[in-house]
Amino acid sequence: MKVRAPEAPKSFPALVLLAFAVLWMALVILLPLVNVLAEAFKQGVQPYLSSIVQPDALSAIRLTLLVAGIAVPLNAVFGIAAAWCFTRFDFPLKGLLLSILDLPFTISPVISGIVWVLLFGAHGWFGAFLQAHDIKIIYALPGLVIATILVTLPFVARELIPLMQDQGTDEEVAAVTLGASGWDVFFRVTLPNIKWALTYGVLLCTARAMGEFGAVSVVSGHIRGLTNTLPLHIEVLYNEYDSVGAFAAATLLAGLALVTLVLKSLLEWRFADELAAHRRH
Amino acid sequence: MTTDATPDAGAPPFVTEGYKPPKATHKARVLPGFRLSLGITLTYLSLIVLIPLAALLARPWEHGLDGVWQAVSDPRVVASLKLTFGTAFAAAVVNLFAGLVVAWVLTRYEFPGKSLLDALVDLPFALPTAVAGVSLCSMYAANGWIGSLFAPLGIKIAYTPLGIFVALIFVGLPFIVRSVQPVLAEFDAEVEEAAQTLGASPMQTAVRVILPSLLPALLTGFSLAFARAVGEYGSVIFIAGNMPFVSEITPLLIVIKLEEFDYAGAAAVAVAMLALSFLSLLVINGVQLLLSKRGRA
Repeated sequence: MKVRAPEAPKSFPALVLLAFAVLWMALVILLPLVNVLAEAFKQGVQPYLSSIVQPDALSAIRLTLLVAGIAVPLNAVFGIAAAWCFTRFDFPLKGLLLSILDLPFTISPVISGIVWVLLFGAHGWFGAFLQAHDIKIIYALPGLVIATILVTLPFVARELIPLMQDQGTDEEVAAVTLGASGWDVFFRVTLPNIKWALTYGVLLCTARAMGEFGAVSVVSGHIRGLTNTLPLHIEVLYNEYDSVGAFAAATLLAGLALVTLVLKSLLEWRFADELAAHRRH
Repeated sequence: MTTDATPDAGAPPFVTEGYKPPKATHKARVLPGFRLSLGITLTYLSLIVLIPLAALLARPWEHGLDGVWQAVSDPRVVASLKLTFGTAFAAAVVNLFAGLVVAWVLTRYEFPGKSLLDALVDLPFALPTAVAGVSLCSMYAANGWIGSLFAPLGIKIAYTPLGIFVALIFVGLPFIVRSVQPVLAEFDAEVEEAAQTLGASPMQTAVRVILPSLLPALLTGFSLAFARAVGEYGSVIFIAGNMPFVSEITPLLIVIKLEEFDYAGAAAVAVAMLALSFLSLLVINGVQLLLSKRGRA
């Protein structure tokens, strides 16, 4: 089978299609990004800078980093464990478990938030118990963390599973046969083989963890300076008609998105063979 | 002698011809870490996904079936479900065409700035929804870049269902492009050449030869975009206006019920939304199956 190579658009319909695609992408996708910058700097550089260094914004940045810093490593460890057991062993109900693993991708972020309120909220299953022992989960850091973990759970596992499936077990079996211990096999054989796919998965997981809005919005309670992550901080300011403040905070997250896209493209270009065979989001 | 001598599978039997060791036990014997990795996976999935979802599924029934029906058949809930699924469907249909053209241009043509355009497709995945939400809202408001073009015509986009539709188009585009692109890139050029040798025009080739083979990928992309749009929250609530019965999406209504401490009602609406979106996906899968059967016949 041969595949058609891309060529310069010459015919009239080709040019029309190209023009449509470029215009559509510019208007629908690029313009909202440009608009963030335009709105943030509407009143000049000074108001922009002063709204980024105000205490509420700084504490939102710290909280966002903290939440991602807890959620991402946990999901990375889970992702590696899940990929190891799904690709190295056969066991009953594997297909069902894989579908459960994908669930956080298909359910609404709002649902990923309310399930925690139903468990730990004032009228939730464990609400009375938590109140009696003075443990705060909802409207506090633990709630933000578990909601973020749920939303970003599949990213690392979904990156590693197809790759480890493709790579097979030959090298690991050889290492075991030669007498390597389990952890030796993992750190010296498996990990070097999956390091770029792991990086890729962690990158996507981190970007989503820092940008998540719906799920954390439900469990946060929007307490300024305490439980507002950066995306929630944007919402609060925008609803208070502080447009420059909201868009200033938005530029930080937009910058994060751009860095993610650049790193992602770099990884796809440089380590295409060491990532999963097919491109995924 | 036969293989019946070795009940403990895994150890090579004396007669090796045609003998395959049972896969599971064979692998489990050679590589370590089965119990540890399965233990972590099961514990984590149970704690993070299964138990919380069980809490969601169990909650609506505390006022019995009647309570569930009352919560779900409330006119405000029905209006929000219609709005949510209607705008999600309409946006996915628009993206079906726009995404197909973008994927086609990215795989078929060589032009300056192509890799930039390609990277830009992923922007809606990467841009946090709250950022997209506030930006779209300010763009399509009556004094925004695009809203101000439509305001003189008497067309309001922000704070109407039209605004929701526009936001969902932004959110859904990458799903269609990224589903179709790989299939289009690997389309067998010889099939296309054969069609043209037999006298088909480029247009006929595209519509009657290439497009049918893209249908499954298009439908996959459609269902992904649709499912995402139904649950979408951050990019929609700013631009929606959130007027009950007019521009209030179901995810927001769930949050409102939760904030009013109507846990059972919130859970009932959430379960109804989940059930409807799984049903929609089932229908789309059914169409896909039908198409692939017709393709083989």
